[in-house]
Amino acid sequence: MASFDYEDAPANSAAPASSQSHEVLGYDPNFVPDSVKSFAVHLYRHIREKNVYEIHQMYETSFQTLSERLFKDTPWPSVDAVAHYVDNDHVFCLLYREMWFRHLYARLSPTLKQRIDSWDNYCSLFQVVLHGVVNMQLPNQWLWDMVDEFVYQFQSFCQYRAKMKNKTDQEIALLREYDQAWNVYGVLNYLQALVEKSMIIQILEQEKEGLEQFTANDGYDYDGGSNVLKVLGYFSMVGLLRVHCLLGDYHTGLKCLLPIDISQQGVYTSVIGSHITAIYHYGFANLMLRRYVEAIREFNKILLYIYKTKQYHQKSPQYEQILKKNEQMYALLAICLSLCPQVKLVDETVNSQLREKYGEKMIRMQRYDDEAFAIYDELFSYACPKFITPSAPSFEEPLVNYNQDAYRLQLKLFLYEVKQQQLLSGVRTFLKVYSTISLGKLANYMEVDEPTLRTILMTYKHKTHAVDGDGKITSNADVDFYIDDDTIHVMESKPAKRYGDYFLRQVVKLEGVINDLDRIKLD
Amino acid sequence: MGREREREVQQYTVEQLVAVNPYNPDILPDLENYVNDQVSSKTYSLAANLCLLRLYQFEPDRMSTQIVSRILVKALMAMPAPDFSLCLFLIPERVQMEEQFKTLIVLSHYLETGRFRQFWDEAAKNRHIVEAVPGFEQEIQAYAIHVLSVTYQKVPRAVLAEAINIEGLSLDKFLEHNVANSGWILEKSHGRGQLIVLPRNEFNHPELKKNTADGVPLEHITRIFPILG
Repeated sequence: MASFDYEDAPANSAAPASSQSHEVLGYDPNFVPDSVKSFAVHLYRHIREKNVYEIHQMYETSFQTLSERLFKDTPWPSVDAVAHYVDNDHVFCLLYREMWFRHLYARLSPTLKQRIDSWDNYCSLFQVVLHGVVNMQLPNQWLWDMVDEFVYQFQSFCQYRAKMKNKTDQEIALLREYDQAWNVYGVLNYLQALVEKSMIIQILEQEKEGLEQFTANDGYDYDGGSNVLKVLGYFSMVGLLRVHCLLGDYHTGLKCLLPIDISQQGVYTSVIGSHITAIYHYGFANLMLRRYVEAIREFNKILLYIYKTKQYHQKSPQYEQILKKNEQMYALLAICLSLCPQVKLVDETVNSQLREKYGEKMIRMQRYDDEAFAIYDELFSYACPKFITPSAPSFEEPLVNYNQDAYRLQLKLFLYEVKQQQLLSGVRTFLKVYSTISLGKLANYMEVDEPTLRTILMTYKHKTHAVDGDGKITSNADVDFYIDDDTIHVMESKPAKRYGDYFLRQVVKLEGVINDLDRIKLD
Repeated sequence: MGREREREVQQYTVEQLVAVNPYNPDILPDLENYVNDQVSSKTYSLAANLCLLRLYQFEPDRMSTQIVSRILVKALMAMPAPDFSLCLFLIPERVQMEEQFKTLIVLSHYLETGRFRQFWDEAAKNRHIVEAVPGFEQEIQAYAIHVLSVTYQKVPRAVLAEAINIEGLSLDKFLEHNVANSGWILEKSHGRGQLIVLPRNEFNHPELKKNTADGVPLEHITRIFPILG
């Protein structure tokens, strides 16, 4: 590799070079500091030699350090400036550009042209991968980030495009010309293609028979092949779940995730970002499908996991995102538990965190008055995904901003559902107090007539009995009942005494007492 | 015989399309035909209908409100499954404000909140919407019976009658049929008319409820292995 004469860049050259820069840009995209040249050269070599560990170090740490030090508010050097250090390797340049754009989105605001260029880069990158000519092994973290960023930039583009009011003529012209960029069909079809071409669904199936080692090897290929297509295909399933949630299609989203068994560890848990994204959207989709118990279970598990492990991610660039999603999931859990009270499903640690953050609000939510609806609105709006309108704007009408439309629709339908469940909380309170009660009496207490009470009781039954994908009915109710003519019989699933836990504690306690006794010396 | 085979092949093709190539604007006409097919042959496919609603979302100019209306009626018929809500999530708000959709939303609301009398009254005022789909009445009656079955061990005749919108002699025949085929039993209530004893299931009979195991996870036991050892 030819070495180039370059003056060492001063340690804090965050300020753009003056003479060579385009005044418009405020920095010189062709200026390559020594450290960047070294970074590119080494990363290129490690990729060629398939040193996954070193690639991961450079990708996770070196890239962040250099960004922090040299590119706090400017982009990295352009790929053209870097290309000749890496043999103008086509694939490396695509990878470099992918990181380049990701950095741009994170630190700066992309222009429309840059958004379009990023789309082109993803297309080229995915096409190369789909043609099966890639021979690299890349760390799962990077491969997840590609899919995650791809969906994120799509969401960002839809939000951007929907704000038509202040668009310049130039921007509108560009939008009309490049109507394929971040087109919803393109996005979905690329993700779908990655899933299909990688045969990941079949691989996961065959794994159950012991015919494949995909999960056991964390997705890596130890037979001299490449992990890129397979792992991209795998993470694309999570990507599809996310896109479908953004569109409001929760049923299909869950179907896309189905090949991944979330009751087990898997490649999706090998990267914390993918783990959280998968469960967050899984839980949210179940919430919208009224499968509250399922949502509560999964939120509980992941919140406990984050509680125990977040200290290890403090230095990672994903830390802020992890914390944000953590807070959002507590809000969603508060919503689920207010709509579907459950005592047994939440771990003590999670429960105490939940009480701290939302204890007050949850009490008010269960009153189902106007204040309660306002809190449901607030929590839902805080925690929900950034819904999008996928269709292209109409350029003819008076230009308006319609970026909030999708969110407003989902919120409206959610609150509508909450309102339908308004009277159930009252029923529950009474059912907890009686073992049998006549319809007449309960109607009196609730200040409604008998026919109305019958409809309320049927609503309670209908809303607390969730229907899963196979049509199977499960009761989510912690307090249940049946009616015999005109008498209500309450069936309380008694919070069964946790004998198991009790005995475990006593065993440990007794052992402690015996040890103490042993230590006492009798004269 | 030939036409039936043809329809079988067509159904197979559409379901395959939805499974293999769903994000494709070219299949929109096929999916619309499939909706009409579901209506006339009393079949139902949530996946295909969601796929179509998505395509309408991607290209609003191609949306047919008549097709959307039929999808929603079919979804109502799928209750207690939440299919109606699933479809609404994909239909733009301004479309939902149209008269026919407002009516369907009201009908759904009545069914979701057990207000069967109001439902049948409203349905009667909108026969053109509900009669467009064969089998509508029977499916809603099946849903009503489902809700009654998870709520009641014994339900008064009047309550049942109101829920399924059948009275008098027709109701007698209906009851006879279900006594013979669905395990219903008729009883006399204390001077207030018939009681219908509905089949036992885990939702109206607590003793049939599966035990939520009071198990202890293995990891907890491993904590005391040193002591036991």
